[in-house]
Amino acid sequence: MSEPDVIIVGGGLHGCSTALHLAMRGVRALVLEKDHIGRHASGVNAGGVRQLGRHAAEVPLSVASMALWHGIRDLVDDDCGFESHGQVKVAETEAELDSCRERAAQLTALGFTHEEVVDQAELRRLVPSIAEHCLGALVSRRDGAAIPYRTTFAFKRKAESLGARFHEGAAVARVARSGRNWRVETADGVAHEAPVLVNCAGAWADRLAAQLGEPVPLEVIAPMLMITARVPPFLKPVVGATGRTLSFKQFPNGTVLIGGGLLGRAYRDENRTDLDFANVTTNARTVWDLFPIMRSATIVRAWAGIEARMPDDIPVIGPSGTEEGVFHAFGFSAHGFQLGPIVGRITADLITKGASDLPIDAFRIQRFRHTATAA
Amino acid sequence: MKPRYDLAVIGAGPAGLAAATLAARRGLSTVLLDEQAAPGGQIYRAITRSPVKNPSVLGTDYWHGADLVGPFRDSGADYLPGAAVWSVSRSLDIGLSRDGAARILPARHVILATGALERPFPVPGWTLPGVMGAGAAQILLKTSGLVASGNVVMAGSGPLLWLLAWQYLRAGARIDAILDTTPRENWRQAMPLLPAFARSGYVGKGLKLLLEVRRKVKVIGNVSALRAEGDGRVQSVVYRQGDGAEQRLPADTLLLHHGVIPNINLANAIGCAQSWDEAQRCWVPDVDGWGATSVAGVAIAGDGAGIAGALAAEHRGRLTALDALHRLGAIDRATRDRDAAPHREALDRALRGRDFLDALYRPGKEFRVPADDTIVCRCEEVTAGQVRDAVKLGVSGPNQTKSFLRCGMGPCQGRLCGPTVVEVIADARGVSPAEVGYYRLRPPVKPITLAELASLPKAEDEVAAVMHH
Repeated sequence: MSEPDVIIVGGGLHGCSTALHLAMRGVRALVLEKDHIGRHASGVNAGGVRQLGRHAAEVPLSVASMALWHGIRDLVDDDCGFESHGQVKVAETEAELDSCRERAAQLTALGFTHEEVVDQAELRRLVPSIAEHCLGALVSRRDGAAIPYRTTFAFKRKAESLGARFHEGAAVARVARSGRNWRVETADGVAHEAPVLVNCAGAWADRLAAQLGEPVPLEVIAPMLMITARVPPFLKPVVGATGRTLSFKQFPNGTVLIGGGLLGRAYRDENRTDLDFANVTTNARTVWDLFPIMRSATIVRAWAGIEARMPDDIPVIGPSGTEEGVFHAFGFSAHGFQLGPIVGRITADLITKGASDLPIDAFRIQRFRHTATAA
Repeated sequence: MKPRYDLAVIGAGPAGLAAATLAARRGLSTVLLDEQAAPGGQIYRAITRSPVKNPSVLGTDYWHGADLVGPFRDSGADYLPGAAVWSVSRSLDIGLSRDGAARILPARHVILATGALERPFPVPGWTLPGVMGAGAAQILLKTSGLVASGNVVMAGSGPLLWLLAWQYLRAGARIDAILDTTPRENWRQAMPLLPAFARSGYVGKGLKLLLEVRRKVKVIGNVSALRAEGDGRVQSVVYRQGDGAEQRLPADTLLLHHGVIPNINLANAIGCAQSWDEAQRCWVPDVDGWGATSVAGVAIAGDGAGIAGALAAEHRGRLTALDALHRLGAIDRATRDRDAAPHREALDRALRGRDFLDALYRPGKEFRVPADDTIVCRCEEVTAGQVRDAVKLGVSGPNQTKSFLRCGMGPCQGRLCGPTVVEVIADARGVSPAEVGYYRLRPPVKPITLAELASLPKAEDEVAAVMHH
């Protein structure tokens, strides 16, 4: 078997997307995944395809990614279950509505127009079942949601069809220089070599970064989600809240997903998470308050996925600060799903052209150099 | 109710009753949580309140349950009936719902006595009204004195099928026929194990029961294919005997049974390690001789840790309770081992002959691995053929079929389709179910309402802390 041009560590959405964009340019990528494709954050997240409310540094990437999402079938030959009925961030008080107005103004000043403030009447038209006390909302109309595992798998399949290779059950044990190449050994003793290495290892990415001499302060988190039994259709957009933590949406099959980033406990060495009942309760109460229609709904499952969070809540994207031929894309801090399509392209650009046409300075790994050495 | 118990036992069948009784008598603050309104579990279901008063209908083995309930009542253990346990965390916080409200009950040690459930028996037409599990029919008999009327056909394999037939006859019900699906070749596998079985407590009772049923009911053996047909509900049962031609029986009720498997849902959701048991063809939690699991503080007693029957469950319950006493520091290791000796001996006696039953009643492959058009996931109406197609697309295990087919994603959360999906994937891939793995089950293992969850008591400062995450 011929050696690849690029070795990607981590078979989540970002790893698969990077492999796809490389494969589209004729670059041979090998993805090493310690479990199976989409096993962690990429397979079990809430599936929100959201520009709304993004960190200013992420907005240009998010807008560019949205364009890819709206043509996702052309990109990966699968619609990924993507539906675009908008995302709505509800304001429950005048003060919250004011903060929505400030936010919209701030984005306009930056040159973006995808977020707008709507009044109570428009909110009720978009979300007829919202509680009466809600006063308005911030809305991003081209946003939506997709099915995470299906999406990740579609990227993988398309990449594979263009020549990318995927090794599942291949945990990376050691990375070392070998002449001009990186030599990557997996736990089962197999070694691969390539001149370029990409770190898409999600909640495990700090270990690889540390091996490369640039430790980062990555926190392993376990955002929780709940799903209800089917109820009659009542909701099209994805709904969040301004003053509380919520991500709320109904699937076409009638089930309702309740999430928003409240955390359980993560045990990354065991691939396991535990729910935190107190936080589950908080989530249930938010829904109780905002959607009276849901009070009798039955919760059929709840879970938490293992993710990485960086101290400043934005990811690491870009070249290594210590080693030639190494690129990072990790630490998406519970909002990386929507960025998946574009981050793969950015990483492929960095590898093949040495630069990206999108602003990624804010995501440099060097921003942690001081804190990590101090720690 | 105490704010925190030394020991929480979940399930009031023989294992749970015996464990809670012993632990409470020896001084542990103990609570027994049970989903049912009265103690007994499934095997002794409604033992304190069954309307079936004639002891000869349900048999003396059933009435032995009363010998466990009396001592439990006197043991000092607290008892919480009607409590649906939907989660246990690794810090041993038990999430339960009762009377429409949820609460968290912390414990220092937890014994799961969650028993068995019927192995799914997917045949074409098994989702038609009028087709039900033999276990469900037995519950109706024990709790309400109800039996099916009209044309009743039983089909399947295993001791419980014969026991239910016998109980039905005793209750004055009619059974048109029993379609025995036990594969012929099982006898060859089972014969070497017959001597131990012959010395067991099963043999006398079992033979008597079998002979009585066979005298009164037409038993058709070597049934090799089976389906239910009907317009809106079951009207007939179609089957073959060996390689013979298709035959048809009228049926208003079809009772299916394929043996029982451990109810591992809660153990799995907690994260207890489990292994594939080739002899019983099911997933079984990994436990040591004391019922201890891979999760600290969580033990399993009774059929939930491997099918061995009601008597064995009782003894395993006591052994698990002794180990809990030891782990909580109430007795030393030597005391535990000494006090366990008689229970271990009784357990060995109760286990004698089990291997024979496992070998004889192992379900035939065609019923474990159904044909393409048979529904395997009832909630989402996913067929065996769809699962096979997903395998062709590269799906390697049951967790991935969730994403592709929503198989195992409905209200039952894969609790009913799990064993079948594993068998179908393993067969399609040509590997052992051990390699295919099982669903990662998620809490709540019992569906609860949003209102119940929202009702969980919670301190205000905690709310403030998480709001600002």
